[in-house]
Amino acid sequence: MKILVCISNVPDTTTKIKFTDNNTKFDSTGVQWVINPWDELALTRALELKDDASTGVKSVTVGHVGTASADPTIRKALAIGADDAIRVNIEPTDAYQVAAQLAEVVKAEQFDIILCGIESSDFNGSTVGSMVAEFLDYPSVSAVSGLNIEDGEPVITREIDGGKEIVNVPAPFVAVVQKGVALEPRIASMRGIMQARTKAIKVMEPVDVDVLTEVVTFEPPQPKPECVFVEEDNPEKLIELLQNEAKVI
Amino acid sequence: MENVNLKSGEFLVKDVEAKNIFIPEEFNEEQKMIAQSCRDFMEAEVLPKLDEIDKGDRQLMKDILKKSGELGLLGITIPEEYNGFGQSFLTQMLVAEVIGAGYSFSVAFMCHCGIGTMPIMYYGSEEQRKKYVSKLATGELLGAYCLTEPGAGSDANSGKTNAKLSEDGKHYILNGQKMWITNGGFCDTQVVFAKVDNDRILSAFIVESDWDGIVIGPDEHKMGIKGSSTTQIYYNDVKVPVENMIGKRGEGFRIALNILHMGRMKLGANVVGAAKQTITDSVRYANERKQFGTLISTFGAIKQKLAKMVVKCYAHESAIFRVSQDVDILIDKYKSEGKDQGLAGIEGIAHYAVEDAILKVWGSEMLDFVVDEGVQIHGGMGYSAEMNVERGYRDSRINRIFEGTNEINRLLVVEAATKRAMKGDYDLFGPAEELYNNISSITNDEVPDESYFDKKRRYMKNFKKAIMLTVYSATQKFGRKFMREQEVVNNLSDMIMELYLAESAVLRVEKLEGIKGDNPINKDILDVFVNDTAYVIFKNAKDAIYSIAESEEAEKLMGAIKTLTDIEGVNVMNACRRIADKLIDDNEYKF
Repeated sequence: MKILVCISNVPDTTTKIKFTDNNTKFDSTGVQWVINPWDELALTRALELKDDASTGVKSVTVGHVGTASADPTIRKALAIGADDAIRVNIEPTDAYQVAAQLAEVVKAEQFDIILCGIESSDFNGSTVGSMVAEFLDYPSVSAVSGLNIEDGEPVITREIDGGKEIVNVPAPFVAVVQKGVALEPRIASMRGIMQARTKAIKVMEPVDVDVLTEVVTFEPPQPKPECVFVEEDNPEKLIELLQNEAKVI
Repeated sequence: MENVNLKSGEFLVKDVEAKNIFIPEEFNEEQKMIAQSCRDFMEAEVLPKLDEIDKGDRQLMKDILKKSGELGLLGITIPEEYNGFGQSFLTQMLVAEVIGAGYSFSVAFMCHCGIGTMPIMYYGSEEQRKKYVSKLATGELLGAYCLTEPGAGSDANSGKTNAKLSEDGKHYILNGQKMWITNGGFCDTQVVFAKVDNDRILSAFIVESDWDGIVIGPDEHKMGIKGSSTTQIYYNDVKVPVENMIGKRGEGFRIALNILHMGRMKLGANVVGAAKQTITDSVRYANERKQFGTLISTFGAIKQKLAKMVVKCYAHESAIFRVSQDVDILIDKYKSEGKDQGLAGIEGIAHYAVEDAILKVWGSEMLDFVVDEGVQIHGGMGYSAEMNVERGYRDSRINRIFEGTNEINRLLVVEAATKRAMKGDYDLFGPAEELYNNISSITNDEVPDESYFDKKRRYMKNFKKAIMLTVYSATQKFGRKFMREQEVVNNLSDMIMELYLAESAVLRVEKLEGIKGDNPINKDILDVFVNDTAYVIFKNAKDAIYSIAESEEAEKLMGAIKTLTDIEGVNVMNACRRIADKLIDDNEYKF
């Protein structure tokens, strides 16, 4: 059984987000790039399954759509334990384009399980995983919080309102994973880092895909409004502020 | 690497081009990944447990060290044939920087990886390395280093612990007492220094903690690094197999001193990690704390503190990686000459005795400055044990004491530099005499339309001349015994240290500009630091000169010193504001 984990290259979660070119482009100056946290959990679970011989998982590949600037992030995935990587060499523009390229990766290499994080922590589209499944005509399971392989059969747990749903799905399939699928991301060991030197990052040329969306502008969040303190013996002031300033009563 | 490095102390008389030094912005992808793994490990296993660690739970510290061993972090320094990962000295120093932000864990980790392991790696036999180093590299064994005794601190060779050869010649019988032993409470192996029979010089031994006759005392109650196990260890007729002597009989003192050179280098890197952490904690607090209806980070007085913390940390960071490359080049040279890899490793480090003493003294005092201002920025909260800055303040203080006190190391800076000059490594006294003989014609060598970096390089040349003149007058006055005038030696040491830091920062900013283009903030940092350097050199030269020369002679010398330390004025307020504004905007140390 072969697993493909699709990874996004995203700014570190502590990055201060800024835009350039009249708020149409993300300013990547000085940004530290990391594996999208949800994708990292997917990778961790894939590696756990591979570590367990009874699952029959033989290899874990990471797939990425992006330019060579993402290679350090891909190399980290290899250091964490992925066996190899495939990068489709194109600047990602939107979820449709990324999903189309990832589908080509699957067609070329044939995987049994395709794992995607539920969203990326930069643009939060939450659509790549299900689009990949659609391109491939594979079943897709969303909001996956548990993934096991029992007697050769994938067993998936989904979080639903008030409980859990257990699903069987035949391979090949796409699972869109969320928190819970693995506890903590793995830390790259020294041995893993050394081994990552020799692991292959295969570069695939992209296929032509229509651009369906275009960013008009980014709007940074408004700064938090000032907090106003009202003395406890002055309820009239509070009422006045709520009526005239906040306009909520 | 091109072999263009300077000998230890040679920076006093020779300039180096920016392109030939290493700057931290040049770390490669793999080195950055190693540093990130250390950071990830600290965030997962150390930082959430700081309070528990500081309660002094020996088992907890042991468990965390073992976990770091599982990731291979304990083997970074060790060659691959002994289960390690054979990383360069530069990478080792990068790791030391990251781990330096780990409070007590940092001390336990550095002790194990450094003084607990490396004496065996550097000086041990092949059998000793296979038996012990290969297990210390993975964390299967945890190590400690036992040199200090109740009566033997800075004067390490005065220890009384004795090793007597048994009648059958198979064992040394060890008796004595060691104190301030880091990792003492849980170590499996100890590198113990003792005198064989009636020797005057120490020998070194590998001792296993569970051997009969070893008693490990309770943990000391300390001001800081409370989570680091520090104990006394008593040896009562402990039978140490003769094959556990490290190196030759009587070689222990040299081993002990050389290992301290390594420890000083690494301490120099540790303090950068701790300082960056404190600066980040401080700016985050300043960005949240409001007084008089406004964030305190908007006040000039706070910005000035933040900027000065950054400036000192940046300059020190420039120096630690500059010398690390010099060490790597020398180690490679020794290896290519056929020297054993262990000996090549330690002799490459120990050669840079001037620089390691500088890193130790300047770095530990830089961190003390940073944590002190960190507490001040936190105000009352900085005095509360709830805040990490309070822990950082207490933990920092030991750095000026261990690995050789700063008092000893200040003397060593000057002693090592002058000894090497006398030995012929470079000519310090010739140019110094020439300067003195032409003192009336000394100018500051200013030329019209100098570029920014030409000007900075000219300042460095002039500072070097100021140091040479002061060293020359001290040695002329006191002759070979000038080292006894410790107050004057301290002045010289402060001048030399400040020069090395300033020059390292100049070279770093210049090289960085060549790589990434103009960076006004880095130039602000440089301007503020070099401005201070001129004052430090002037002040210490003046103190030294008036302490050693008669008034007429002193005035003649001071005329030259004034010229040589005369630099263009800097708008320190605006430069500090710009530095602080970047820090405030980033909300973390990102320089």
